[in-house]
Amino acid sequence: MIAVGEQAPDFTLRNQDGEKVSLSDYRGRKVLLVFYPGDFSPICGDQLSIYQEVKPEITAKGVEMLGISVDGIFAHKAFQEKLGIDTTLLSDFEPKGAVARAYDSYIEKIGIADRTLILVDEEGKVTWTYKSPNPGEFPGANVIFDALS
Amino acid sequence: MSDLSSAPIPPVGTDDHVRGAGEEGLIVYADLGCPHCAGAWPRLSERPGRLVFRHFPVTSKHPRSPALHAAAEAAGLQGRFFAMVDSLYADRGRVDDPHLWERAKQLGLDSERFEADRRSAEVEARVRRDFESGIRGGVAGTPALFDACTLVAVREREF
Repeated sequence: MIAVGEQAPDFTLRNQDGEKVSLSDYRGRKVLLVFYPGDFSPICGDQLSIYQEVKPEITAKGVEMLGISVDGIFAHKAFQEKLGIDTTLLSDFEPKGAVARAYDSYIEKIGIADRTLILVDEEGKVTWTYKSPNPGEFPGANVIFDALS
Repeated sequence: MSDLSSAPIPPVGTDDHVRGAGEEGLIVYADLGCPHCAGAWPRLSERPGRLVFRHFPVTSKHPRSPALHAAAEAAGLQGRFFAMVDSLYADRGRVDDPHLWERAKQLGLDSERFEADRRSAEVEARVRRDFESGIRGGVAGTPALFDACTLVAVREREF
C-alpha cells in the first residue's frame, strides 16, 4: 500500500466513455481513489452503489471519487449502467493493473486490484489509505467520512 | 449536509418500527427493493423476540426503493407499517404507483391520506434518518442485522 505523505503517482486512464482521465486533471481538488476487484461482482456492486448514495455528501466535501479496476471500458460502461451510478470508472486494463501496482494495490496471484481506498489531497499527496482485510469485505461509507472529518 | 462519520446505531426509540415484544431482538437495516431482503424477510419475521425495521434504500440499485419505503412509512402513520412491508416483500413484481394504491386499499388505509403522506417531506426525512444512521453504523449491504447495536450479520457475497 502506498504510504501516507507520498506523492500520488500520476496516471492517465480511460473512463467508461473512452475519455482519457489523469489524476493531475484534479489538481486543486481532493480525489478519492476506489480500487476494486472487478465489475459485476456482488460486493463491488454493493460498494459502488452505497457510495453512490452518499456521493452528494462526498462531493460537498470537495472530493472527486474515481473507481478503478482492471476491467475494460465497455465493461465499465455496462456496469455503471447496471448499477445506475454516475461515478467515474477508470480502466486499468493495459498494461493490466499498472496503476494498481503503482499504488501497491494489486493482487498478483489472481490479477485484480485489491480493495483499497486512497485519498489524495489538492497538491497530489496521499493523505489517507484504507485496505480491506480481504477483498471480500468493503468499508462502509462511514470510513470515508471519518477520513474527511 | 449531515454528518456521516462513524457512530453506533441509535438504540431502539419510541418511533422505531417494532414487531414483536420483549427487550431483546434484532435491528435490521433493509431495502424494500432488495431481493435478498425479501428472501430473508419471512425468516426474520418468524423469529421469536423483537424485530426492529430500519430503512436502508439503495436507490441507484433499486430505483423504486424510495417510493416503497415512503409507502411503508405512510402506511405506518395509519398503523399498518409491517402490513405494508409484508405486502411489498411478498409480491415484488408489482411496485408501481397503481399497485401501491391497490395495496393501500387492501390494507384498509385512507387512500387520500396515504397518498399525501407518502409524498411528504416528513416521511422522506424519516426514511433518510434511518438510512444515515445505517451509513454511520457501517451498513455495507442489505439486509444488515444488529444485535444490541452491534453488527452481527450481513448478506454473504462473493467478490
